[in-house]
Amino acid sequence: MTTEPTVPSVPTEPPLLEVRDLHVEFRTRDGVAHAVNGVSYTVSAAETLAVLGESGSGKSVTAQAIMGILDSPPGFVTQGEILFRGQDLLKMNAEDRRKVRGAKMAMIFQDALSSLNPVLSVGNQLAEMFIVHEGMSRKDAKSKAIELMDRVRIPAARDRVGDYPHQFSGGMRQRIMIAMALALEPDLIIADEPTTALDVTVQAQVMELLAELQREYSMGLILITHDLGVVADVADYIAVMYAGRIVETAPVHEIYRRPAHPYTKGLLASIPRLDQKGRELYAIKGLPPNLLHIPPGCAFNPRCPMAQAVCRADVPPLYEVSPTRASACHFWKEALDG
Amino acid sequence: MAEAREPILQVRDLYKHFPLTQGIVFKKQIGAVKAVDGVDLDLFAGETLGIVGESGCGKSTMAKLLMNLERVTSGRILYKGEDITKLSGRALKAVRRNIQMVFQDPYTSLNPRMTVGDIIGEPYEIHPEVAPKGDRRKRVQDLLDVVGLNPEYINRYPHQFSGGQRQRIGIARGLALRPEIIVADEPVSALDVSVQAQVINLMERLQDEFGLSYMFIAHDLSIVRHISDRVGVMYLGKIVEIGGDEQIYEHPTHPYTQALLSAVPVPDPTAREHRERIILTGDVPSPANPPSGCRFRTRCWKAQERCALEVPALAVPAVFAGLDSPAAHDSACHFAEEKN
Amino acid sequence: MPEPENHPDEAMEPAGGTGATMDLAQDEARGLERPPGHETAPGGTTEKPRSLWSDAWRDLRRNPVFILSALVIAFLVVISIWPGLIASGNPLSCNLANSQKGSAPGHPFGFDNQGCDVYTRVVYGARASVTVGVCATLGAAILGSVLGGLAGFFGGAGDAVLSRVSDIFFGIPIVLGGLVFLSVVTGTTVWPVIGFIVLLGWPQIGRIARGSVITARQNDYVQAARALGAGNSRLLLRHIAPNAVAPVIVVATIALGTYISLEATLSYLGVGLKPPTVSWGIDISQASSQIRNAPHMLLWPAGALSVTVLAFIMLGDAVRDALDPKLR
Repeated sequence: MTTEPTVPSVPTEPPLLEVRDLHVEFRTRDGVAHAVNGVSYTVSAAETLAVLGESGSGKSVTAQAIMGILDSPPGFVTQGEILFRGQDLLKMNAEDRRKVRGAKMAMIFQDALSSLNPVLSVGNQLAEMFIVHEGMSRKDAKSKAIELMDRVRIPAARDRVGDYPHQFSGGMRQRIMIAMALALEPDLIIADEPTTALDVTVQAQVMELLAELQREYSMGLILITHDLGVVADVADYIAVMYAGRIVETAPVHEIYRRPAHPYTKGLLASIPRLDQKGRELYAIKGLPPNLLHIPPGCAFNPRCPMAQAVCRADVPPLYEVSPTRASACHFWKEALDG
Repeated sequence: MAEAREPILQVRDLYKHFPLTQGIVFKKQIGAVKAVDGVDLDLFAGETLGIVGESGCGKSTMAKLLMNLERVTSGRILYKGEDITKLSGRALKAVRRNIQMVFQDPYTSLNPRMTVGDIIGEPYEIHPEVAPKGDRRKRVQDLLDVVGLNPEYINRYPHQFSGGQRQRIGIARGLALRPEIIVADEPVSALDVSVQAQVINLMERLQDEFGLSYMFIAHDLSIVRHISDRVGVMYLGKIVEIGGDEQIYEHPTHPYTQALLSAVPVPDPTAREHRERIILTGDVPSPANPPSGCRFRTRCWKAQERCALEVPALAVPAVFAGLDSPAAHDSACHFAEEKN
Repeated sequence: MPEPENHPDEAMEPAGGTGATMDLAQDEARGLERPPGHETAPGGTTEKPRSLWSDAWRDLRRNPVFILSALVIAFLVVISIWPGLIASGNPLSCNLANSQKGSAPGHPFGFDNQGCDVYTRVVYGARASVTVGVCATLGAAILGSVLGGLAGFFGGAGDAVLSRVSDIFFGIPIVLGGLVFLSVVTGTTVWPVIGFIVLLGWPQIGRIARGSVITARQNDYVQAARALGAGNSRLLLRHIAPNAVAPVIVVATIALGTYISLEATLSYLGVGLKPPTVSWGIDISQASSQIRNAPHMLLWPAGALSVTVLAFIMLGDAVRDALDPKLR
């Protein structure tokens, strides 16, 4: 198995997080599902990487592996390295890993209601972060919690610090989750579909908050989503995933203007555009692959309008399209120009 | 997508209040969730009317009222002139043949213990007059084919299909009785992006082929625009603006619609710099306690004293009356105007 | 801006035409119709339709706990119908001269107080336990499912009344209630005992059934059937019942074990089954004072009882595992 070339990112400083050739499999009763098949990407400080993919692409599993919260069994990391500031998280022991998680890396999930403890007040949960990780007193931790709630723009924070998660609206709960993620001023935040469950107006509020906080704290942000619209607004860099592999990476402006992979092209063409009332929508034919039986060669080949014999035989590596772009398609040139 | 003709469905003064009660043995009503609070609508034959709104606006409740899955608190729903809210028993059953529904969640809208053939064939069992017994299997297979599934899968179970395929099965079930109206409640929200397009295309094709009228309820504005001829925007149980799709999307006059449209993320990063974003402050008020007068006033940047006192009527705003302008469509705002 | 419509490759057909319909059909025929793997997708390109029940049965068949307990139970059922297969004697022919003797040729378990053959009594005792267990479970399950299910389906006042009534029954301590209720009963048939167990056991199953029906009722497919014009009987029988029955089966199977144990307890206390009915509980009662001198009198019936109850509870566990995780 050849090592995939790492994704070239815009070189500003040494990367905060570097994922190298990650492989994750799920061992189920019906067989082994290859959820992640050689994923590599990097994130630097103050940079937003959007990982785009549909269900089954492996984007969430990768994030879980990075955070160390993979359900194991049945999930297992079988290969690869996850370097946080140069240190391989996979080689650390559980205790060290836990310290990194929470203090240096934080994760925001899609559904705040199930991620927050329903029987503890919000203030309690926030304060706990400070008490456990920084040894603060309860009193200090509480005022820090109120400060955080203010920072994420929860109105009347002082009055609401004793409220329970179910007493907040969906958007507010998401902000509380962001507050919890930020509490210890991590270097990296992974946001897994943070606004998918929210209304569009609330979504806009939350994304704006996230972007603002990222700028203020100079954090790296990995935004995992399937929504091409959200990505266009906030990302610097996009990695598109399909069937557990990265199929394309590019700076955000370029990927929308000139995608270099048929899957990306298909996705872009199939979303109805608010500003373009169209005829029939372009639809990628077929269905995402069964991870227990990924087609040989390029996993996208059964659905690809450009597929040729070589696509069914050889797994395409990430070809370099430009110093800042890569595409895992044998015919990326044709895709780019077409 | 045909032009408007006769309204095939008319909704007048529709109200649905869910009582809030207190007490275990003897329940006392202490308030009500005003899920649908005065809606007037027309659906014309052959058109697609899109209803957009965010969570809690009452669009799903309205769908259930149209399908008679919930009893109205008051109001009339006229199908070809007949008030279906007053029907029951056999008469109601007969009307049901003409108005069918497609549900949101492909994973709970099909009975997991029934084969796909039974699911799609059930309408014929309930309405035996529609298809003679010997004919049914063929009809089910035809329906499977029409929605793009292999008719040989007639004996499979729902869990052997993907989400998009299950939605197709749900659509096939909805078509079995050859209804005239299909109420689609978020039919593609639970599907992957690449599958959404397939199902939307299917629905459009079926509309042309079978002459269906759709009420398409969703929160995704882009999809609604794509499929709809006319669009109504709901907020807190009321329609705040309604008009042709171009009127609503290009010339919105109600501040909520304007905010909604500006909040929709557009997959075009160059738009990022040029867009004027209206970020609404605050949360949606509780439908148990909606604001007086115009419900949107608590989040509206234009709100004035009049807005708290007078409920704005859903009508062509005075400032556009008589003008031949795309902005001259129904909008419930005292200060409706276009944004530049 | 990319213009996908101008893409040179005409094979990119929009899915609206019949061409794409064929594509989808072909894709599905190639077995690519598995659910997208956001959860790890079930495997393989199965050709045959697979119902959820057959999936559960497949899991059960592979479970050693199930196989073991099913064998034990099958054995018990057989010998309760035909005890003569393995016990040639008569459980009631006793010779006082043999009282409390240990095992002897032809009498592997020895003799009890009355000089009856313990082995024969143990074998014949299975019949009482299995009969009471099965009948009581059937009765409680049917009564509980019907009452609980209807309460869950219709809700409202009927549901409130039923919940309060079953609360009352829950409040009655079973053994105490048995002592009170059954001590006034004369006659030696099994039916009073069965009736009593059903009376006190149905609320437990009823509560499960009610919850299960409420859950099933909230599913969209029930709404869809209503929207099609289905009446209540179709909804209940076709849609709700098949989807609500799984938890009830699990509870009932486990309850079977506890009912057998309950019968033995009641018989031990003298209010359950009475002689000449052969019951392990009776034997245990008579043997309990003689543990020191003749432990075999207690050991064998108690052992048989334990094995039986254990077998049913293990069966219930295995059934729950097979039905629970996927079948929602």
